[in-house]
Formats: sequence, C-alpha cells, structure tokens
Amino acid sequence: MTQVTPSPRPQAGLIARLSRARPTKPGEIYGVPGQGNTLWLSAFSIALFFAVWWLVTAMGWVKPLFVPAPMTIVTKFFAVWNEGFTGTPFLSHLMISTVRVFGAFLLACVIGLPLGLAMGMSPVMRGLFDPPIEFYRPIPPLAYLPLMIIWFGIGETSKVLLIFLSVFAPIVLGARSGVKSAAIEQIHAAYSFGATRWQVLRFVIMPSAMPEILTAMRVGIGFGWTTLVAAEMVAATKGLGYMVLSASQFLQTPVVIMGIFVIAIIAFAFDLLMRFVERRVVPWKGRM
Amino acid sequence: MGLIIDDVSVVFPAADGRPPVSALSKINLTIDDDEFVVALGASGCGKSTLLNLIAGFLSPSTGTLNLGGHRVEGPGADRAVVFQKHALLPWLNVLDNVAFGLQIQGVNKAQRYETANKFVGLLGLDGFQKAPVYKLSGGMQQRVGIARALTCDPQILLMDEPLGALDALTREKAQELILRIWRDTHKSIFFITHSVEEALFMGTKLVVMSPRPGRITHTFDLPFSRRYLDGMPARQVKASPEFIRLREDVLKIIFADEEASA
Repeated sequence: MTQVTPSPRPQAGLIARLSRARPTKPGEIYGVPGQGNTLWLSAFSIALFFAVWWLVTAMGWVKPLFVPAPMTIVTKFFAVWNEGFTGTPFLSHLMISTVRVFGAFLLACVIGLPLGLAMGMSPVMRGLFDPPIEFYRPIPPLAYLPLMIIWFGIGETSKVLLIFLSVFAPIVLGARSGVKSAAIEQIHAAYSFGATRWQVLRFVIMPSAMPEILTAMRVGIGFGWTTLVAAEMVAATKGLGYMVLSASQFLQTPVVIMGIFVIAIIAFAFDLLMRFVERRVVPWKGRM
Repeated sequence: MGLIIDDVSVVFPAADGRPPVSALSKINLTIDDDEFVVALGASGCGKSTLLNLIAGFLSPSTGTLNLGGHRVEGPGADRAVVFQKHALLPWLNVLDNVAFGLQIQGVNKAQRYETANKFVGLLGLDGFQKAPVYKLSGGMQQRVGIARALTCDPQILLMDEPLGALDALTREKAQELILRIWRDTHKSIFFITHSVEEALFMGTKLVVMSPRPGRITHTFDLPFSRRYLDGMPARQVKASPEFIRLREDVLKIIFADEEASA
C-alpha cells in the first residue's frame, strides 16, 4: 500500500486566489465569462447614485447651481409640465423632438435598409455607395452641422437631415452585414428548389438578416437621440435639446438635468420596446 | 433514364500563387432510377464537388451531366439536396420548413400544407408541425430536411453527409429510416459519407474516391441494404462475415490512399 499524500498546492496568495476560476453552481457552466445575474447589483448601483447625489446636496457640499437636489428636479419637472418652458408647453417640446428623431429614424430605415441589403447583395452597389458612407460615418455630426444649415437653412429640413445622417450609417451597415447571416446551405436549399435570386432574397436572406437589422435599428436610434441636441442647437424654439441648451444659458441647472433625464428615459423605453420586438420577431436568434 | 455523368472533370483555377487544382478527373458514373449510390473517400477526394456538380451549384470544366435525358445546367427541383446541417430556416415552423420548396414553386397554401403533412407523417414528425425547428434535436432536424427534400418529388435525392452530425444511436436509426423511405418512394439517391459501415449498409452501389486528382478508383455492388429491407435486422446485416470482410477491404483501400498522399 502506498501512502496517499495530498499533492502540493501552489501557495495561494490573494491575487492567485482571486484570479482563479471558481467552481460553478448547478445549472451554470464552468468558466463562461461574465455569467450571473446582475439585477441586484444594478439596482444597488442606481440607488447608490441617488443616495450620493442626495447626500452631497443635502449636506450643502456642492452649490445648487452646480448640482441641484434630486427633489428639485422632480419639482421642476412638474413646474415645467404645468407651465411649459419659454412659453411652450412641455408636451410640445417632447412631441417635436420625438417627431424629429423618429421621423429621421423611419426615413433612415426606409432608405437605409433597402440600400444596405442591395449593398450586401451586389458588388456594384457596394462599390458605389461604400466610399461616401464610410467617408461621412466617422465625422461627428456637429462638424457638418454648419454645412447642413448653409445648404438647407435653419428650418426643420436641416435638423431632421442631421439626425437622419447619424442614424443612416449604422442602419445601412447593419443591413449590409446582415445579408451575410444566411448559411450557404440555406441559400443552396432554396436554389435547389428552383428559387430565383429575388426569392432567395425574400425568403432566405432577408429573414436571416433580421437579427442584425433589429440590432442596427437599436444602435441607430441611439445615435439619433445623441444627435438631437446638436440638431436643436441652431434656431430652434422648441424641443428637448433646445430646452436643455437654453436652460443652460440661463443657468437653470434643474431644467438641464430634467431634460437629460427625459431624453434618457424615452431612449431607454424605446430600447426596451426594441428588445421586446426582438424576442418576438427573432426568438431563434443565435440558436441555429 | 437516371443520371449519367459522362467524362466529367473539374479544375479549380490557380489562386494565391498556387497551381490549378484538379478537383475531379474523368468521372464516369451512372445512377439508375431506384439506385442508391454511396460515395466514400478520404477528405479532399472530391465527393462534395461531385455532389455540387449534380446539384448544379458547379459547372464541370469538361464533360456533361444528364438527368432523365436533360442536361444539368444549374440547380433545379428535379434534384433535391439534404445537407449535413444549417440548412433549415429557423424562422419557420416544421410544417413551413417542409413546405418551403413548394412555396418557392408557387403552390398555394392549402395544397402545400397537404403535401407537406404527408411527408411530415412519413418521417415520423406528426404532432410537431407547429414546433419551431431550432428547438428540435439534431435527428429530428435532419428528418425535417429529408421531408422538405421529398416534397417536390425530385428524381434524385442528393445527401451530403446527412447523418454526420448525429450521435451513433440516432445515426443507426436514421440509416434505417432513410432506407425505408428510399424503398417506399422509389427515388434514386446519391449519398456521401465518411463512415465505411454506413456506406456498405445503405448503398446498392459504392464508389470509392481518391484525392489528387479526385477520381473514382473502385466500384462495388452491394447487397446489404436489400437484405435489411427484406427483413434481416440491421445489426445482423452489419455483423455478417461478408459485411465485415468487405468493410476491412474498403478500409484498406482508403488507408492506402491516405498514406500515399501523406
């Protein structure tokens, strides 16, 4: 009989212990990066944010001009809701911005999705449209805002166009790369039943591109909200971006923060809606 | 009339500084109606290239293919393909996947569901018509693929390692199912596999292929699938001395090819 001796373990320092993978609970898979529920930590993070905010204002560590108290924001929201801002009802500000963003978004979808699909399907289209899109895509919208104004004036056209341009590129690129999602076997199967190129596009390529298209729409509308404030910088008299900018000129910090929250909440609500749509439309995403 | 492959060669042109590759060289093969031809060989021997030629996804460099007296020039519904995987459409349920070929051909909904239902039943998928295909097991997905291939009443079924992704038990069951379907539907089948046992058990004719250049080196006529269909249990067929002897002979040929090319 040989004596069973425990194999010598490497000296476990704190760092070595922390960087070692832990055994998993039943139902989890060993070693999957980043698995686990984050709901409670996220709730904690939000609560902590508001608690610190409340603390620094309640203790008077920061002047209200820089950081107003959380309750001031809520009060301000109801005040603006009831009385409007610069003579315009709050809902008008909200409506006009929403219309600008979603109008630009719909326009970008109507033009961008077919163009992206065409670019994915045809080398001619890709060759023609790739350079202009790749040229303007990385430019910050603020850089070409003056051009928009010089060309299209200070009316709605330049505003919607600016947002449109920021939404357009991600949607085109998403649709274009979505074309590559279909497995070659799926495409061959359709052709072997005698499908035309058009039928392959309609019945195989477009449905399989849906996950990427929906992701691109989510990313795109995010860009849209990002560009909203820039679009409402010049010669606007209504809109959430205008509200934030003009409040800042009068040092009305509560309105600035309130406007930021309103934009964040609308954008987040739409993102939730898109995630819901995603689960309904492409439940098979990543599963085959 | 069957499928007649007449002196077909395929040369892939030179690319990236490499010389042209002779993927298939002087292939002559006839697949008669009701025949089950299995192609076997080391990787790179051109089995899949041959299947792509018959399917019409690839044109031969020289030679001709004729199916039922018509020259093969591109894909068509007279040849249906069953792929190893990734060929079903996950946004459609089982019934719509099976009916997909008929939908492509413009058959109206009621009629295509009627036909599709027949093949859903034939493949033992009854009750799963509304199930999403991505939730099915690999074996069931493959049966959906076979049902879909059958709906358009092709003259020949082209099967590209259809059972390659299945586990051993499911695979043996699927072999028997395919043989019964072959008997009941009277299709001719061209079947690619890596498994010698599968090849011997299923085919009426075995072609052994060899790489560089891809060519047919041996042809065998096989009696085993008939024995199974005449009632002998599958394991008994596969355990018979004759089967085992032929299996070892074929393995020797393939290993010799591997060593010659290594």
